[in-house]
Amino acid sequence: MKDVDIIAVPEPGSERFLLPLFSYLVPAGFPSPATDHLEGLFDLNRLLLRHPDATYLLRVSGESMAGAEIHAGDLLAVDKHLEADHNHIVVAVVHGECTVKRLVREGQKWWLKPENPAYQPYEITDTDELRIWGVVTHVVHELIPGKLTALIQSLD
Amino acid sequence: MFGLVDCNNFYVSCERVFQPRYEGRPVVVLSNNDGNIISRSAEAKALGLRMGDPYFQVKPLLQQHNVTVFSSNYALYGDMSRRVMWYLGQSAPGVEIYSIDEAFLDLAGMEKHLGSLDAFARKIRAGVKARTGIPTCVGVAPTKTLAKLANRIAKKNPDLGGVLYLDNAARRAWALGQVAVGDVWGIGRQYAQKLTAAGIDTAADLARVSDTWARKHLGGVVGARLVQELQGRPCAGLHPSEDGTLARQSISCSRTFGRPLAAFADVQAAVASFLSRAAEKLRRQNDTAHVLTVYLSKNRFATNVLPPFSRSATLTLPSGPTADTTVLLSYARAMLSRLWEPGTLYHKAGVVLDGLEPPGTGQQLSLFEKPASIPNKREEKSLKVDRPGLMASLDALNQRFGRGTVRVASTVLPPAPGGRPVPAPWEGKAQWRSPAYTTRLEDLLIVR
Repeated sequence: MKDVDIIAVPEPGSERFLLPLFSYLVPAGFPSPATDHLEGLFDLNRLLLRHPDATYLLRVSGESMAGAEIHAGDLLAVDKHLEADHNHIVVAVVHGECTVKRLVREGQKWWLKPENPAYQPYEITDTDELRIWGVVTHVVHELIPGKLTALIQSLD
Repeated sequence: MFGLVDCNNFYVSCERVFQPRYEGRPVVVLSNNDGNIISRSAEAKALGLRMGDPYFQVKPLLQQHNVTVFSSNYALYGDMSRRVMWYLGQSAPGVEIYSIDEAFLDLAGMEKHLGSLDAFARKIRAGVKARTGIPTCVGVAPTKTLAKLANRIAKKNPDLGGVLYLDNAARRAWALGQVAVGDVWGIGRQYAQKLTAAGIDTAADLARVSDTWARKHLGGVVGARLVQELQGRPCAGLHPSEDGTLARQSISCSRTFGRPLAAFADVQAAVASFLSRAAEKLRRQNDTAHVLTVYLSKNRFATNVLPPFSRSATLTLPSGPTADTTVLLSYARAMLSRLWEPGTLYHKAGVVLDGLEPPGTGQQLSLFEKPASIPNKREEKSLKVDRPGLMASLDALNQRFGRGTVRVASTVLPPAPGGRPVPAPWEGKAQWRSPAYTTRLEDLLIVR
């Protein structure tokens, strides 16, 4: 069985993003002689969507997790199926809103902790009240600000 | 044994996954053009709101009780359905997708492997919830009709914890007594009236009628099978709504192939013929569909076949709702090529049309507009335009000269080019539509 059988069909015609994996450096020019050394196609979905039915992409707003290198505008891969544990970065539901924080256990107490001194940690006083929406597995951060936004706009 | 997994208040539940603040509060989802209520949370049901209530009529009540109103968001519902079905396909040996929010599981002989089917059903239910956030109920019984019935009882009785397994005769007898005859799967309103007039009020009463009586008064062999199913005797290939008296919320057409198929062209032709049939039914009940599901099954009894045995693809039609066979076919072909695993023997395929609504609601605006077209994409224009006249002629010819006399040869249409859904000019009102959280990059849920 293939590891990830993507049956996602966002729309017909929209292809998966398959990245060629080469066994040696690709010289510039076309046609590339490197095609003989093509090892296979690596689907980034296999990394980001290990459980394709349970993984959701979310976007970050604000800098409450800047210390964990999660910044405004980043894409998060969030797995709803994974069981959240101490030290996981999670998306939690607090007062009906979704928030991304680090789940921390201290003795008998559980906290949702931001990683930015400007924000306050949130103590979970009643564990019944804590609802974990999913566990963050990957962060996609753009290094050229605006590129992701431009990509999103170009898809329109 | 069959299982029926049915998502609770599916559309409302999808909305709540991404907006948890609406949990425990009354929520409704409206049909296309914000016309009627098509999904209600338990709290909304408790306020007396009914399925199909026109929005303008119940607006004061909705406001008075602070009910949250959503426009339908088929992009979201289709994707969440795909996730549920994907998981079910992984978990059970055989899956038949019945509608956007329901699937039958074939659990024959599984007790040996699974131990208790009750525990298995609970595991499935927890799995769907964990992966998608969607609550479900599961009915397990020796026949599909009884599994439907068990599911219904599980839905009505929260004490059951969402699962009812009719494992023995006593429990089946009890369950049959719980359900009014009109709520039995396949009994439409007209038959329900006829039956109650004859003193048959519950499913238990119906299960007691003779074979002859059922044949005479319940539409021949269809009715006889229905009664047998209630008695716990499975009837293969049962399609209770086949008589066409009941307007369906979804239309499915699936068949096991005469022999396993390995060539893409063969399977594609099979899917095309199922889809043609489903589209014809769709037009006959004067509806259009928003969502198309295609699924393929392998032979689970073959020793060299690995799970999952079923794979499905669900698509919210980018060019808007349609009943046009050619439009549906071009999408189905693209979906099929996604599901296709070269070198695999397939033994069954099916299509499901969902999100059914009559055409015309909100389409008046299109009087002088071109139909749903996506600019700058010539192919899209030529392929995705409804041809109601052609379809009417097609149906008329087939009705007169027999099914399949005239067929669409375009089973080899190229897939539609990419391009996300563009709101059609005639699409009309959808004032409260939530973002397409799972299928559009710019609509992703935002967390702080």
